[in-house]
Amino acid sequence: MSIQVLMPALSPTMTEGKLAKWHVKVGDEVKSGQVLCEIETDKATMEVEAVDEGTVAKILIEEGTEGVPVNTPICVLAGEGESAADAATPAAKAEASRETPKSEEKPKAETAPAAPAVVAAAPEPEWKGGTQHITVREALREAMAAEMRADKSVFLMGEEVAQYQGAYKISQGLLEEFGEKRVIDTPITEHGFAGLGVGAAFGGLKPIVEFMTFNFAMQAIDQIINSAAKTHYMSGGQMTCPIVFRGPNGAASRVAAQHSQCYASWYAHVPGLRVLAPWSAADAKGLLRAAIRDPNPVIFLENEILYGQSFDVPEDPDFVLPIGKAKIERAGKDVTIVAFSIMVGKALQAAEELAKIGIEAEVINLRSLRPFDTETIVQSVKKTNRLVSCEEGWPFAGIGSELSALMMEHAFDYLDAPVKRVAGLDVPLPYAANLEKMALPQSSHIVEAARAVCNR
Amino acid sequence: MAKPATKPKDDPSPAKAKSPATPGDNSVSPDELKAHYRDMLLIRRFEERAGQLYGMGLIGGFCHLYIGQEAVVVGMQANVRDKDAVITSYRDHGHMLACGMDPKGVMAELTGRSGGYSKGKGGSMHMFSREKSFYGGHGIVGAQVPIGTGLAFAHKYNGNKNVSLTYFGDGSANQGQVYEAMNMAALWKLPVVYIIENNRYGMGTSVERASATTELYRHGEAFGIPGERVDGMDVLAVRAAGEKAIEHARSGQGPYILEMQTYRYRGHSMSDPAKYRTKEEVDKFRNERDPIEHIRKRLLDAKIVDETALKAVDAEIRKIVNDAAEFSQQSPEPDPSELWTDILVEA
Repeated sequence: MSIQVLMPALSPTMTEGKLAKWHVKVGDEVKSGQVLCEIETDKATMEVEAVDEGTVAKILIEEGTEGVPVNTPICVLAGEGESAADAATPAAKAEASRETPKSEEKPKAETAPAAPAVVAAAPEPEWKGGTQHITVREALREAMAAEMRADKSVFLMGEEVAQYQGAYKISQGLLEEFGEKRVIDTPITEHGFAGLGVGAAFGGLKPIVEFMTFNFAMQAIDQIINSAAKTHYMSGGQMTCPIVFRGPNGAASRVAAQHSQCYASWYAHVPGLRVLAPWSAADAKGLLRAAIRDPNPVIFLENEILYGQSFDVPEDPDFVLPIGKAKIERAGKDVTIVAFSIMVGKALQAAEELAKIGIEAEVINLRSLRPFDTETIVQSVKKTNRLVSCEEGWPFAGIGSELSALMMEHAFDYLDAPVKRVAGLDVPLPYAANLEKMALPQSSHIVEAARAVCNR
Repeated sequence: MAKPATKPKDDPSPAKAKSPATPGDNSVSPDELKAHYRDMLLIRRFEERAGQLYGMGLIGGFCHLYIGQEAVVVGMQANVRDKDAVITSYRDHGHMLACGMDPKGVMAELTGRSGGYSKGKGGSMHMFSREKSFYGGHGIVGAQVPIGTGLAFAHKYNGNKNVSLTYFGDGSANQGQVYEAMNMAALWKLPVVYIIENNRYGMGTSVERASATTELYRHGEAFGIPGERVDGMDVLAVRAAGEKAIEHARSGQGPYILEMQTYRYRGHSMSDPAKYRTKEEVDKFRNERDPIEHIRKRLLDAKIVDETALKAVDAEIRKIVNDAAEFSQQSPEPDPSELWTDILVEA
């Protein structure tokens, strides 16, 4: 059977090229891999090798011809037991021509189907029994311990998590209970142990990877995003990566710019991740348990200043929170204040102040940044017609920016004032006490913003 | 410090493998030799066809061919057990075929069709098979090394005797995360074999221009990881070295490094004109050191098979590859609804 050799594309963008030189002539026998000719494009000269074996029956494009479109037949090879003359006749059935690429067909105008409707997370159930008053630190530890007791494939790794009992004492006592097989001190090697954790998750385990702070996770962000977040999609759903990356995020106190960044909008940007940001001890416990059970990679953004703060947490041993559900921490009718992590506390303080001047603020604790509970916020804005967003991170392309865009899309007709963003100043966080205080958003800023949108 | 004896880079003569294995190893049966020939030939023909389909515009983006390096993966995979994990870089088609993945599914992924291993959503560099314990196909240079080390961690954690074969190139061998992973592997005695496929060029930069020390098998010495240099153009030398290294890892002694001296005939990717090396250098390897020709000659010289039998193997392989190429064009493009699936596992 004769075979037509087609003008190849040598790069994803090549549409035509020059047939610079033939290395074979009619009558030559060619083997797979033998160079047939040289092609020149504006970028390079490359050799075209034979894929099939046979005898050169006819050269269709003379050397020196410019502007030969990709997929033009350039020569004909006669197969074994076939005369070159037969193969050279136009009537010869060319195998290659049967394989005319689909890409030559007129492309259909394809529009992407709409994103599937977001399935609302189930509301948080009413928890029976009493509550315990514990710190965020204790809540995180209890969450890990509970899940490690329940599932032997869960383990904790990170810097100083075992013998040192945790740089911030989150993992205190876990080594004693679970042993060194499941509570593992790593070297200071974020990129390496994040990648190792991803591999362990691909291999069927459920790692909890603690970063001493999320600032250090920038060393590991390639593994978090390219490996953990994207592989489920890139594998057509075959691979899963059930892993939790957790640690303190955002500013602590007087540790300056390299140790004080909020990464909420960085991670919330990425499909394939879940991103949680607890405020209270109940958030911390309920969301971390949910994160560990979740079959996806979860970014769990804690806050160092909150670690020592105490809150009521349901004692119910089954206490766990739904991922993707915001919580209305305080109801109000005049303005909606949306916050996450440490800013929830500042928003509640602001609401107290606002109440004194007759403004009833509704405070929403986002809890989850991806998925994002747009519905709860829209319902609130429909009632209050005003929105203030609060975050510690930088304003540009921040969570507040996203919130503003979402309100334009989903609640434009309900807004009586432009959305107002309260955020950290657009500077690397300074060390000096006075400058640091000025750079970080305080409850007074939230009060000002709420008054502004309320014209009061 | 004694200057390491490095061979001139265009010298295709066999490296002095430190391994006791010799190509004359009698432990390889005629059937095994035939199987190695067939497996290497399948990769070669598959890749040639992939190159052709790329030239026809049926395969898009990047496409990194394995032609010339076939002995490495075929020799190593001859030693694996069922649940040993395999992971590699983006030059991955050969590894998938050697792991027993279906050529149709691999080729259909290259053409971005629904019948591909990733339903057309991953492409040449991103394919996986849980069934065959093949963990990708990774597009970021060196990223597969910590991941492969994590697969070994999971094996050890689960207390099975499986190992992780973690392949990477000489280009990856300068990535920081590779050494972060090696440190942990040695520290925790993880059952991982690092296979450095040294094909002499990280894209267009030769090893000599990229690595301060070019004895890549010694790059684990800082962590106490044993390593050896192997003639990666000789499937039997690879197989023998692999057997030893895998046994080391499987028996709980920790990681092992094998530096496979190999050569890629084609450019780094399809769009690489390969101006950084001479045609003579490429031809020399092709003509004098080709791994498939080497075994072919051995099979004939030892009268294990005759020309007719080899022709039958050629025909069988050609049919498999033709069927794969056919399937990869007949399989429909993914349904538009696939755009929104597999982003998250819905709990």
